[in-house]
Amino acid sequence: MPKVTVDGVEIDVPQGATVLQACEMAGKEIPRFCYHERLSIAGNCRMCLVEVAPGPPKPQASCALPAAEGQVIKTDSPMVKKAREGVMEFLLINHPLDCPICDQGGECDLQDQSVAYGRGASRYDENKRAVTEKYMGPIVKTVMTRCIQCTRCVRFAEEVAGVEDIGAIYRGENMQITSYLERAVASELSGNVVDLCPVGALTSKPYAFEARPWELTKTLGIDMMDAVGTNVRIDSRGRQVLRVLPRVNDDVNEEWASDKTRHHVDGLMRRRLDRPYVRKDGRLVEASWAEAFAAIKAANAGKSVAAIAGDMADCETMFAAKALVNALGSDLLEGRQTGLAYDVTSLSAVNFNTTIAQAENADVILLVGTNLRWEAPLINTRVRKAVWKKGAKVFGIGPEVDLTYKTEWLGDDASLVAKLPKAAMDALKGAERPMLIFGGGALSVPGVHGAALALAKSVDAVKDGWNGFNVVHFSAARMGALMLGYAQPGGIKDIIAAKPKLTFFLGADEVDFAAFDKSFKVYVGHHGDKGAHAADVILPAAAWTEKDFTTVNTEGRVQRSEKAVFAPGDAREDWSIFRALADALGVSVGFDSFDECRAAMVATVPALGVEGLVDYGWSVPKLDAKPEAHAIPSPIKDFYLTNAICRASPTMERCSAELLHGADYAEAAE
Amino acid sequence: MLADKDRIFTNLYGYQPWNLKSAQARGDWDKTKDLMTRGQDAIIEEIKASGLRGRGGAGFPTGLKWSFMPKEPRADRPSFLVINADESEPGSCKDREIIRHDPHKLIEGALIAGYAMRARAAYIYIRGEFIREAETLFAAVQEAYDAGLLGKNAAKSGYDFDVFVHRGAGAYICGEETAMIESLEGKKGQPRLKPPFPAGAGLYGCPTTVNNVESIAVVPTILRRGAAWFSSFGRENNKGTKLFQISGHVERPCVVEEEMGIPFRDLIEKHCGGIRGGWDNLLAVIPGGSSVPLVPAAQIMDAPMDFDGLKELGSGLGTAAAIVMDKSTDVVQAISRISYFYKHESCGQCTPCREGTGWMWRVMERLRTGDADISEIDTLFDVTKQVEGHTICALGDAAAWPIQGLIRHFRPELERRIRENGGVMEAAE
Repeated sequence: MPKVTVDGVEIDVPQGATVLQACEMAGKEIPRFCYHERLSIAGNCRMCLVEVAPGPPKPQASCALPAAEGQVIKTDSPMVKKAREGVMEFLLINHPLDCPICDQGGECDLQDQSVAYGRGASRYDENKRAVTEKYMGPIVKTVMTRCIQCTRCVRFAEEVAGVEDIGAIYRGENMQITSYLERAVASELSGNVVDLCPVGALTSKPYAFEARPWELTKTLGIDMMDAVGTNVRIDSRGRQVLRVLPRVNDDVNEEWASDKTRHHVDGLMRRRLDRPYVRKDGRLVEASWAEAFAAIKAANAGKSVAAIAGDMADCETMFAAKALVNALGSDLLEGRQTGLAYDVTSLSAVNFNTTIAQAENADVILLVGTNLRWEAPLINTRVRKAVWKKGAKVFGIGPEVDLTYKTEWLGDDASLVAKLPKAAMDALKGAERPMLIFGGGALSVPGVHGAALALAKSVDAVKDGWNGFNVVHFSAARMGALMLGYAQPGGIKDIIAAKPKLTFFLGADEVDFAAFDKSFKVYVGHHGDKGAHAADVILPAAAWTEKDFTTVNTEGRVQRSEKAVFAPGDAREDWSIFRALADALGVSVGFDSFDECRAAMVATVPALGVEGLVDYGWSVPKLDAKPEAHAIPSPIKDFYLTNAICRASPTMERCSAELLHGADYAEAAE
Repeated sequence: MLADKDRIFTNLYGYQPWNLKSAQARGDWDKTKDLMTRGQDAIIEEIKASGLRGRGGAGFPTGLKWSFMPKEPRADRPSFLVINADESEPGSCKDREIIRHDPHKLIEGALIAGYAMRARAAYIYIRGEFIREAETLFAAVQEAYDAGLLGKNAAKSGYDFDVFVHRGAGAYICGEETAMIESLEGKKGQPRLKPPFPAGAGLYGCPTTVNNVESIAVVPTILRRGAAWFSSFGRENNKGTKLFQISGHVERPCVVEEEMGIPFRDLIEKHCGGIRGGWDNLLAVIPGGSSVPLVPAAQIMDAPMDFDGLKELGSGLGTAAAIVMDKSTDVVQAISRISYFYKHESCGQCTPCREGTGWMWRVMERLRTGDADISEIDTLFDVTKQVEGHTICALGDAAAWPIQGLIRHFRPELERRIRENGGVMEAAE
């Protein structure tokens, strides 16, 4: 613990801290552009200069200087002030003064720091540099004249996203940041460079010229696009969600978000179900809520009722539906709409037990039937960190994909799980912290789940202080659904076999609706997608930004999200729909308000009442451990179009066409 | 004047062939094994005792630099010697002459120096524009391999040592030691942050020492003739002989090996045939390559040409590349051209240099024609101070110093041009 003095205040700093960190610990703000906690140190902006003794009689870049015992650091001396003014002046001489038309305005590091540390006026009379725009894909808009060459984007792409698509060309004042051959940045995380960019050089293309930051209402939310549970901030104005930005949560998403999380929001305004519909003579026609409820009552299903939860269903919605189905006398609930039927007698056996944050400490990793980059992009960054920073070794079984790190592919046959090649087996057995990750694709093959648990035992993956057995889900609703009992032993097949007369689909669009053709189908959801097309009655509900809710991510972390805007038109929050429907059907669900609904849910499943990780306890069910010799299928066909909101989003549509299907979107000529 | 018998570079002018046979006739590769059997620490001590300071410009004691290398390199983390032959400083042309005509001095030095610092291999990074020189160097290294002087059991010493020649692609900044390491690794040539210093983590993250060609090439001779011989030349702290390169307005520009600390006047009179038009016609001298401040005639004439002597004049020895300017020189244009060079060669990594070099050059161009305001001279000086010492590497300093030197010594000339161009511009309100 070196002891340093910052502006006369003596503090102890941890071993290995930099001078900049030491200053922050002493409560001093150090201006910076290139330095970022989660990226490597570049030391190139020179804004963080401080005076350090002992050392050369010139200001030192504090971001790159290790704090050492006995250092005397000055952050407010005349030398430091002059140095900062000098660097600020240099940064501004070639930076355009186009703040009024710049999307970064109001949240621009350069703006803020030039006010705080700049000189007030420039002495530069020459012409400013102009730089041509670069093409970086459908997410990132570039105005490269504004670039201050901090290289944060370059380092993010290389270190976190794992794509070496962004770099600098030319030198000196002609240095330019560009994507490789000006192609789109082929990463599902490219939107993060927009947040990282301290100026308006890289801004969000879909959000261009939409709003100023001070007009926006900020709401804390939890993303429902995948099962990571990315902590986000929902920025809305009036009734419209304009953008979604990640919040810092080191246990979950650090401070990143996938492009789907960020940019599906334009889908929230399109193809919305904003009034009830009832099918009459084979056509869906607009109806009132009373007519819709009457039509459901007329189905006269009695006890023959079921509910299928979709991928974006939240816990309160699922609980309200469960309460109604139970009140009607049924227990037919299922959340695995595509037909997965793995055993759920022990939730620990289908959980991401290592936890997302600990995944970066694994030393040997086996991925089975999962394209982590698509199923959980922010778990993939953790695995990449394990590989890149700590030298972990990765083996893979399943369809070969580029995961941005070196993966030794063993084949795509599910039976390999029961008889791993010797090299992989030895590596896992010799590992201190082995991690096994099974995707939904792997669990879809009978016998793999049992073999996976057997493998975990034979390589000693579960031990004191380390649980290396993981299932990664790709549906945000999954863990919550399993906790609420949305699982039949045989999966959705059991529901089909029970031939319910009335089935509720909670935003479920991926179901094989033909199997339900004898059932009266009620779609409770927010987007006109496959589920709505197949429905007999549509009850318009709220999307995830339009309600308070609880959700559980793939590692069993209970998180709560808040309501940012109101649902459009006649759409209602889901819990109130089921509450009203209960009256119409003459039963009681036992709650009259959202708070009562949540309280009843917590009374039923107490773990949902505590934010944070749920302790499922480690127990291994007895399962068939002989996997079929069967190629593991890939559950996600198109990363950008996995749910109804994405499919309604022009941005996601374009990302899919351009990044996955190679469509050419020419930029409008200047 | 240095006696012929005391010259290290005996084939500097190429009167004899460069090849191994001729080099051996001149004494190179003579009992190299015996030099090496003295032991690694003994070699380093000898070099320390000789007082040899790095010949690349900064003048860091060479033996001391070597002693920073690990004494027992790990098998998975070998040490490397990188030899800086990326001689791109305007005015400098000594390494080129060594490689052209005496490459075996360099290669033998590489082996001995590499052995002394326990390096596994040496990389010679040669400037891209040195096409013929690179050819010579490739051939000379091949000769040494063929003769068993390099490779396994190099020179029968029992030590395995390889020498690789790597050609640069024409960037001045790759002459900076960490940028050179980046470039060798195949990356964009941009200086690294220090610490860690190359001796801790250099090429491929392994301990590395970067030395100038001349520093390495003199090593075998120092060991053969003894530290006492080498340190008998020059003043305290500025020992030995040195290749001086004189260009510009002298009668006979040349590269010559001379004793350190030789007065400027002697150097010019004895080897260059005097200043063009006589000593009264001398305007100023840039004594150490383009990156050091110029020194006006009156101060330089009898100054000793060594590290400390020129430092006292507010300049530096640099690579000992004296650029002599007589009174026909447009000194403002000369410095402006140097400014352009640094603007062109700035790597663009860190802010003050990337933005400052362009700014300084543009103001210099206007000062050249006088299209400026008197107050801009002070602004320019302030800008150079904002660049100097604020950058990752020394290129920022190198860009600032010549302008500082100009303003310090030729301010009246700058003001005269502004006045003649139309008087003092009105301060814009």
